[in-house]
Amino acid sequence: MNWVINNLGLIWSLTLDHVALAVPPIILGFIISIPIGWVANRFHASRGVLLTISGLLYTVPSLPLFIALPAILGTGILDPINVVVGLTIYAVALMVRSVADALAAVDAGVRQAATAMGYSAWQRFWRVEFPLAGPVLLAGLRVVSVSTVSLVSIGSVIGVSSLGYLFLNGLQRNIIEEVASGIVATLLIAVVFDLLLVLAGRVLLPWAKADPTAKRAWRKTVETAIAGASAGGSVVDDPAVSDPSMAGR
Amino acid sequence: MDLFLDGFAWIFDPAHLSGPGGIWARIAEQLSYTFGAVAIAAIIAIPLGLWIGHTGRGRDIAVLCSGGLRALPSLGLLIIFALGIGIGFKAPLLTFVILAIPSLLSGAYAGVEAVDKRTVDAARAQGMTEWQVLTKVELPLGLPLLIGGIRSGVLQVVATATLAYFASGGALGVFINDGLKTRDYAELIGASIVVTVLALVLEGIFALLQRLFVPRGVTAGQVTEVRSRSVRPRAVVGSPIQEGK
Amino acid sequence: MIEFRTVTKKFPDGTVAVDELSLVLPARQTTVLVGSSGSGKTTILRMINRMVEKTSGDIEIDGEDIHALNPVKLRRSIGYVMQNSGLLPHRKVIDNVTTVPVLNGVKKAEAREAALTLLDTVGLDRSLAERYPSQLSGGQQQRVGVARGLAADPNILLMDEPFGAVDPIVRSELQQELIRIQRDLGKTIVFVTHDIDEAFLLGDQVVLLEKGGRIAQQGTPAEILSKPASDFVATFIGADRGRRALRVEVVNGRNVVVDEDGRPTGVLQS
Repeated sequence: MNWVINNLGLIWSLTLDHVALAVPPIILGFIISIPIGWVANRFHASRGVLLTISGLLYTVPSLPLFIALPAILGTGILDPINVVVGLTIYAVALMVRSVADALAAVDAGVRQAATAMGYSAWQRFWRVEFPLAGPVLLAGLRVVSVSTVSLVSIGSVIGVSSLGYLFLNGLQRNIIEEVASGIVATLLIAVVFDLLLVLAGRVLLPWAKADPTAKRAWRKTVETAIAGASAGGSVVDDPAVSDPSMAGR
Repeated sequence: MDLFLDGFAWIFDPAHLSGPGGIWARIAEQLSYTFGAVAIAAIIAIPLGLWIGHTGRGRDIAVLCSGGLRALPSLGLLIIFALGIGIGFKAPLLTFVILAIPSLLSGAYAGVEAVDKRTVDAARAQGMTEWQVLTKVELPLGLPLLIGGIRSGVLQVVATATLAYFASGGALGVFINDGLKTRDYAELIGASIVVTVLALVLEGIFALLQRLFVPRGVTAGQVTEVRSRSVRPRAVVGSPIQEGK
Repeated sequence: MIEFRTVTKKFPDGTVAVDELSLVLPARQTTVLVGSSGSGKTTILRMINRMVEKTSGDIEIDGEDIHALNPVKLRRSIGYVMQNSGLLPHRKVIDNVTTVPVLNGVKKAEAREAALTLLDTVGLDRSLAERYPSQLSGGQQQRVGVARGLAADPNILLMDEPFGAVDPIVRSELQQELIRIQRDLGKTIVFVTHDIDEAFLLGDQVVLLEKGGRIAQQGTPAEILSKPASDFVATFIGADRGRRALRVEVVNGRNVVVDEDGRPTGVLQS
């Protein structure tokens, strides 16, 4: 514990670095994946291709990706941009499937009712489909958040400052408390992010609490996403989630 | 792009390929970690997952644990084990087992849970014992998801096994470590390409396996709704992966 | 008045759902399209608000070709009620009812006021206004669906098996409610069902459809019952069975009406 107490300042500043590296990929990944997921859902032929590409992107291990990105982007190897871009790629890879599944899970009857009432396609997307996709999108976003926060530390291997520094430095100096404090701080960030997302869901999606269908779809997606989301792992193909008729059961 | 050419040149340099400490040997180490860790994790997680899925007991705890384990940074875990139980292959192996457990566990129980409850009821009504319900109905029908969990675990470990060198545990990360130390970018890129290709090959194999293990009959009967364009063709429960079609 | 002139609908997969249909749906009356699945009844209904685009022919509303109109605008001017209500689950009951007026640019407060009155019209307690659809029973949801269809005060109301998914008792209540509402409002209602009893109960005009949207018979319920045009119609309406095949027996000097099995259903008043 002595080490921790003597180095609270360091832990805090590394935590801030860690957060600064984790937030942009989560937000960018969400924004970028909306149009891609929409295309995947809207044009059936594109779905397989887009989801395969995003699945393969997610298969690329993180350390090699951080190493290869400078060669592709022309950035310096120590540039934090590499980590942000790399994590954004993972976030998009995870999120595209969530968006496509979430939109597919919107009840066809509701969509038709919206059309029948005279929503234009644009209005229908933003006022009906997107909000109704909310619970599943949020579930996907929670998985992206956890995965991103835990992956940031890999960046420290190529010298980008984050809580991962505590792991490497702790290894070199043989200080177990230092490594442990890094793990605990990472977990805390993940928990705080998750709570913030859940809170955002409560505020933005008040109806989801009342709607058993939405609840079920949400739960299902969280679990499937948990089965699939992993650092450099692949996304499990759960037919129950990719199937709109099932998700509405 | 020249850097990638340098990387390939590094890979195909015969001096790097064979021998102890060569690329093939490191690939073998990487794969040993992968399948070793997933095998151990499977022994622990699959029976537990099937039990949770079948009885419905303890699933909230399982979800919570899976999520928690997922948030653990693997690098930190590996290093703390290396400091705790010493360097060598044990610390990485233990890390990778922990890494693989959530995927396998949730794959197993999600697979069993995804089976239509009416099918399970019908099986019970016909006089199957609980064991028979599990082995003859829930397991075969849940197999695609279970294999999905294994696939996910394997990929996660094969990607992360690169970190084993932090505990002096060998595997392909050794090249990355060398490359970082000596600023040999060809070696860095070359090793990265090898790790990535390895992961993609395993992904391909498992995608194929998952498709093969979908029970016959479950894939049949796709319904197409013709009434309106906006309704997409409905997949049927347990239909195979849509990718690559 | 809605008029179909030799309208054909062919789906991309080659099925001809409607084949050269010509049909007039009179204003301020209820026309029921009835037929089994595959008879094209829903397709016909959806061509009226262009949810389904015709392949050939003309469809006119009060003499105006609907294909000259913007489909989104057209839909906002036509009420639509569907099976399982199709309510937006993320909007409260009141906001579901005000959807179309708000789309049309009516002020929210104004629309809400009108919507509360509509809840009265469809027999819903105003206290339900702030609930989400999932917190209502099936019958209540369906009433909200009807209120929503009426909210923009459209001349035309399209109803696609609106009472198909509720239990028989609730269905009967909803049917009576619709008859009452129609007596008060006098809309041009196009109602789709596969239930012939419902068709005879609600329709001023009943259109019986065969496969491919061909009209097997068209007329008032009495006309169809008294003179089925074909064996198909006779079988479909069950003219020879149960309580459609009534006869008169003289008991105690009075004319008692009995059904096929001889069970009395009433006494003729002379």
